Amino acid sequence: MSKIRVEHLKYRYPSSEKLALDDLSFEVDEGEMIGIIGRNGAGKSTLCQAFVGLVPHFYRGAYGGKVVVSGLEVLKSSVSQLARRVGIVFQNPFTQVTGSKWTVYEEVAFGLENLGVPRKEMIDRIDYALQLLGMEKYRDRHPFDLSGGQMQRMAIASVIALQPEILVLDEPTSQLDPQGSEEVFRAVHRLREEGMTVILAEHNMEKIARYCNRVMLLDGGKIIDFASPASVFSRADLTRYGVVPPVYTRVCRELNAKREGSPHFPVTLEEACEVLKGR
Amino acid sequence: MSRVVVKDVCFSYRSGEEVLKGITLDFDEKSTAIIGQNGAGKTTFVKLLKGLLKPTRGEIYILGRSANEMTAAALAPFIGLVFQNPNDQIFRSTVLEEVMFGPLNIGEDPKGARKKAEEALEMVGLTEKASENPHDLRLSEKKLVCVASIVAMEPEILILDEPTIAQDHAGMAAIRQVIRRFKEQGKLVMGILHDMDFAAENFERVVVFHQGTVVADDDPREVFSRESLLQRAGLEVPHITRLGWSLGRKETFLTEAELIQSLRGEGSTDR
Repeated sequence: MSKIRVEHLKYRYPSSEKLALDDLSFEVDEGEMIGIIGRNGAGKSTLCQAFVGLVPHFYRGAYGGKVVVSGLEVLKSSVSQLARRVGIVFQNPFTQVTGSKWTVYEEVAFGLENLGVPRKEMIDRIDYALQLLGMEKYRDRHPFDLSGGQMQRMAIASVIALQPEILVLDEPTSQLDPQGSEEVFRAVHRLREEGMTVILAEHNMEKIARYCNRVMLLDGGKIIDFASPASVFSRADLTRYGVVPPVYTRVCRELNAKREGSPHFPVTLEEACEVLKGR
Repeated sequence: MSRVVVKDVCFSYRSGEEVLKGITLDFDEKSTAIIGQNGAGKTTFVKLLKGLLKPTRGEIYILGRSANEMTAAALAPFIGLVFQNPNDQIFRSTVLEEVMFGPLNIGEDPKGARKKAEEALEMVGLTEKASENPHDLRLSEKKLVCVASIVAMEPEILILDEPTIAQDHAGMAAIRQVIRRFKEQGKLVMGILHDMDFAAENFERVVVFHQGTVVADDDPREVFSRESLLQRAGLEVPHITRLGWSLGRKETFLTEAELIQSLRGEGSTDR
């Protein structure tokens, strides 16, 4: 059964005359990891907010169609009801920090307190999330005394502690160093293997190609394509949508190197090595 | 000629926790990428250069002036810093006013400030947003407004703290254009970056910070060929470098074009 069902979703922000999301229909199965790509302004962040109900409940505006997440219809459910099933990590970690807590530990506890999770379980979940994100040593720091990258880790830990069925990540590692970013992606991958459904808006195409099983290409609020990374990144017209494929795909395209019998170009390091070795 | 001289600089936010442990660096006009793990001291370092923080020990000279004795405001005409978080920088109610604020404050007349602001906005592709409220813009655009605000002040030294955050392909091109323009004018550009591909392609020198010290300082090809050092410093080699090595090449490739040329060259001798 599909974990997310979107039917003819249309949305317009209150101050705008243009549709930010224009007639989107798709389904996502449990345990999938979906990459959302497209130029800035294509609708990636708006779509992320539509899964958690901030669109339309917080932003208001004009809304049509239907979004169902984990069996809850977004339009008919409150943001707090949805928060029990769907967690979101915002693009800017500074936006996510509550500002009402004095330590990293309490900040991660915030969501759990609001859900009324028992104390013992709260402690376990916080410890797990802090450890998963490598933030234990900063547990007593003030949230605003963290560096940008540490704050981003804390924001992710806060959401993971909620154990959502669906995890929505809006450029979750933009401020992390390369190894830190890779660690977060591995952690998310592990959660996915445990059954979590993940939606990821991201500009790092190499990461998308490596970790996502399907990629949605958005432009002007419309779905241009929704298929395997290999299929989407092999499109000859990608740059028209403001997107550049992973470097592996670019090199292979330039050399016209494809795996025998495949219509698509390689999208990961391993695939590229396979078709390019011996050159 | 040295633009920035840093002599044995130490800094700590709280006593007993040294964030920078005796940094000594000399910068000429070569564009420089600063890379390193989160918490390595990169942002602290550039805040010291900009005079927002003062070293607990050591000295900093900006264009021959001692930064230890100058306020951030007095340094502003010479050195510009684009903050990592645009919300720390933005405060005016229109994009144009925001970008004019800097030039006006360093003595530009309104007409001149407007002209410089408009040019800077054009450079980052935000001309059409000039009359909008910067707080209504998306993160990537806010970041570009912050870049334009500093570019409009025409400082001799430009520091960008993680400029590529949230940028799509077009935004990256705009940042690249700003860096190129400063290089052409013989001005020093420094950038703190987590995007190794971008660092490899756009900068002439790479400085690696690790736990408050500098562990490497060389041209990009040299730095990115030192895999075990990068590993230790929480970093990775650029994607294209990795692909080249995985294909058995000994050289450190920094751009797609370099690797493609190498692959083509060898391919043709086979035929």
